[in-house]
Amino acid sequence: MSEIYYTEDHEWILVEGDIGTCGISEFAQEQLGDIVYVELPEPGKVVAQNDELAVVESVKAASEIYAPVSGEITESNDELVDEPGKINEDAMGDGWFFKIRISDAKELEDLLDKAAYEALIAGQR
Amino acid sequence: MGSLPDQNAPEGGNPQGPLKKTPLHALQVELGGKMVPFAGYEMAVNFPLGVLGEHQHTRAAAGLFDVSHMGQLRLHGAGRASALESLLPADIASLAPGAMRYSQLTNEQGGIIDDLIVTNAGDYLFLVVNGANKDGDLAHITAALPAGITVEHRSGDALLALQGPGAAAVMARLAPDAEKLLFMTAMASNIGGVDCYVSRSGYTGEDGFEVSMPGARAAELAALLLAAAEVEPIGLGARDSLRLEAGLCLHGHDIDNTTTPIEAGLNWSIQKRRRTEGGFPGDAIIQAQLRDGPARKRVGVLPEGRAPAREGTAILDAQGAAIGAITSGGFGPSFGGPVAMGYVATPHAKPDSPLGLVVRGKTLPAHVAKMPFVPARYHRG
Repeated sequence: MSEIYYTEDHEWILVEGDIGTCGISEFAQEQLGDIVYVELPEPGKVVAQNDELAVVESVKAASEIYAPVSGEITESNDELVDEPGKINEDAMGDGWFFKIRISDAKELEDLLDKAAYEALIAGQR
Repeated sequence: MGSLPDQNAPEGGNPQGPLKKTPLHALQVELGGKMVPFAGYEMAVNFPLGVLGEHQHTRAAAGLFDVSHMGQLRLHGAGRASALESLLPADIASLAPGAMRYSQLTNEQGGIIDDLIVTNAGDYLFLVVNGANKDGDLAHITAALPAGITVEHRSGDALLALQGPGAAAVMARLAPDAEKLLFMTAMASNIGGVDCYVSRSGYTGEDGFEVSMPGARAAELAALLLAAAEVEPIGLGARDSLRLEAGLCLHGHDIDNTTTPIEAGLNWSIQKRRRTEGGFPGDAIIQAQLRDGPARKRVGVLPEGRAPAREGTAILDAQGAAIGAITSGGFGPSFGGPVAMGYVATPHAKPDSPLGLVVRGKTLPAHVAKMPFVPARYHRG
């Protein structure tokens, strides 16, 4: 049983048990254009919700990625370092950034469900 | 995540008034261009191929750029060459008909009001200036010219650039006379029934052409060029990454009112007679810098990791002292890594000098590198 949530800042988190897999949305990768560089957090790093913990740069600009929830990073998708274009190809799948052990599941209530996120970006297109 | 690219980012923008449209605006939209404000115009930052794909296509085949936002001016009247020389440090008097030169309009401090290309078109001098600066340039030039010399702003004309190793083959099929031009020369021609003025020049480091024509005929000519198998439409994003890899300056970023041509390493654009004689705004300062060397220089900067260093990034020396800043930087698709340029204190300007770049609070290793970052392929014959 998994559940997907989004932030207003275009991150997604797919929750399975107490582990969340995080990335940026399809809308975000479209807006960024060709991604050429990522900086990922080290496993073991402990973060609070909304902390800055990764960077993504496209040919156009640099953007910070924030933690959607508090927790400990358990894994980073190191393949992105050599192949950042995977984020453009599959933002919601192979282009995931990191996994986080969620310390407070109540924080998920601050996030948007799929319908609410789609309504948000409909206004930004 | 932090802000997505600001679709309203003022890139040398004109904050007042509605955005203007080039004669090719409708074609850019039709081709799927992602339209953004630029230099007071609404223009395509990229087409469906995307910035990376457009960049690579231009270096592999040929790209068509709408650069109609740029200012096209004609200087008329007897004595126009010497009149223009009073505003810039290039030798215009010796330009043969059909020859062109890169130069800079300077201010009294030797700073660069704008950079431009001057062509001796025979009956007049043809000036191409930056879109974001053209109104200011026009006022500046008009105010300085003596009686009898007039400036005509060709605001209704369009300008197309066809760039890349495949450009010559396209031109050979459509305008065989213009295909014989050498780099930095120009001639009147006719492409597919459209009278135009063609030069062998550009802003990508590649061989290529720029074509000036009446705006009313631009869509027709663009469609003809785009019909060639080699040619794809290219947006502003790839235009910027191409010129950065080619080591070419962008006014308002790498050069501006506060940087002199000597600090910017544009000494080659000031011919011998003008160095000796002066007679342009800021001449004493520029001549002194030619003699003694400037205190800072524009250099190529190569980050040693993979993180791009953007405009405004502080540059440190090996001991951690601040010595300058990045003025343009990003990912070089053909270079295959981050590339940048910026100003450093002259003792650090030699190739391979070690530098630090302060990116998101961390100091990343980098070094001074020769430009261009990819070899230029100008057609010099």
